[in-house]
Amino acid sequence: MINLQPYASPTYFLILIGTLLPAMVALYFGKRLPVYEALWTFGFLVVTFGGNHWHQGLALIGYMIYQALLVAGYQWYRQRSNQTSVFVTLVIASILPLVGVKLAPVVPAHSLSLLGFLGISYLTFKAVQVIMELRDGTIKTIRTWEFLRFLLFFPTVSSGPIDRFRRFQADITVVPDRGQYVEMLDTGIQYLFRGFVYKYLLGYVFGTLWLPNLAHMALANRNALGGTGISWQLILYMYDYSMYLFFDFAGYSLFAIGVSYFLGVKTPANFNAPFIAHNIKDFWNRWHMSLSFWFRDFIFMRVTFFMMKKRLVKGSVRISQLAYLINFLIMGFWHGVTWYYIVYGLFHACAIILNDCWLRFKKRHRQLVPHNQWTELFSIFITFNTVCLSFLIFSGFLDTLWRH
Amino acid sequence: MTTQATVIEILNDLTGNDVSQKLDDNLFDTGLLDSMASVQLVIELEERCGVSIPISEFDRSEWDTVNKIVAKVTALQ
Repeated sequence: MINLQPYASPTYFLILIGTLLPAMVALYFGKRLPVYEALWTFGFLVVTFGGNHWHQGLALIGYMIYQALLVAGYQWYRQRSNQTSVFVTLVIASILPLVGVKLAPVVPAHSLSLLGFLGISYLTFKAVQVIMELRDGTIKTIRTWEFLRFLLFFPTVSSGPIDRFRRFQADITVVPDRGQYVEMLDTGIQYLFRGFVYKYLLGYVFGTLWLPNLAHMALANRNALGGTGISWQLILYMYDYSMYLFFDFAGYSLFAIGVSYFLGVKTPANFNAPFIAHNIKDFWNRWHMSLSFWFRDFIFMRVTFFMMKKRLVKGSVRISQLAYLINFLIMGFWHGVTWYYIVYGLFHACAIILNDCWLRFKKRHRQLVPHNQWTELFSIFITFNTVCLSFLIFSGFLDTLWRH
Repeated sequence: MTTQATVIEILNDLTGNDVSQKLDDNLFDTGLLDSMASVQLVIELEERCGVSIPISEFDRSEWDTVNKIVAKVTALQ
């Protein structure tokens, strides 16, 4: 049986958009075809998770039934009562499959990895979000098929961007008027073509052409600088990897958003020129935005709210520092349970805490700190290099360099 | 005190700026508010305006100017 991996080949795009045409033509003529869209989604889930990936398909079915039951059960409960302990239990239950999959490589029970499938992290963000909003009452009712449609929205199923239920629901249940839809098609096509340039041209140059050579040269210098392995080649590797990471993932994101637009859904953007950020805080408002905003809204703000309300920690500065640490550590663990992802999380937590100290200092001593285009350029330069260093950690290359 | 006066007072305290003449300025774009300050804002508003604002309600685009905040709080009261 055939198996196709998302956005991996030109054929994939042809089949994806070719089969989407009936739904697009219908939207153009002011009608939505929900049954066709559902069948289309199902068909693509089958070719993504079928064939030699059938075990992933089984894991996905089991996962969806489990999450749908949790959400339906919690909704039923929430219309009657609102205990914090029940809410916490539900959130833990919802992230449990993902925790299992992330722990699989480090615990003896390797069978845990059987729970995994492509996209489990992204589906978990969406499921947890629904539970939190049911708790807050911003989602009152959610039918099981609405929940499934939200989680399994095919353009974004494998790697996001992470949409929000209320926003998504507002798009998928209406038909944009023709002018709007034509504009969305236009934007969608532009995104796809920019995605091609990013992923298949620039991503290819940085990732496939240069990266292996630079890795080879950096490894050949592993005894440089007193055995630390820090060489010019390693620094080149760092910049090259950072470019590859951006163009590859931003390219993919543009595909996912472009195809969403064809279906009349304005999936949120993931990147906004992250390398011109003028500090780390600014960077996280520009890099993998749907993830960092999810963390901001569902972890950082909730943790700080809880600590302030309960007066657990004195002083808003301490609270924000603690919340940053928790926030970025969770993000690190989410990437995977290896030292370099966790250090990557800690690195960003420290960077943003230092950044906050600096911003506070600047606020107090406005007259001491000059501000002009040179200081602006300098801060972009510092931020860019800090970020690239964090990506070198993230790449895991140091693990290869130092340990293997 | 009117809701608007309360909101301005809270924001002045939080940002260390006088926002009374900047009722339609975007508080996030100008760097006056961030996530941490938003949480403080929510808590202050809950305590002083007698409203309940779940974090899920705090969509930045709906809370990014003084006037929008006043409208939100009035709607919730």
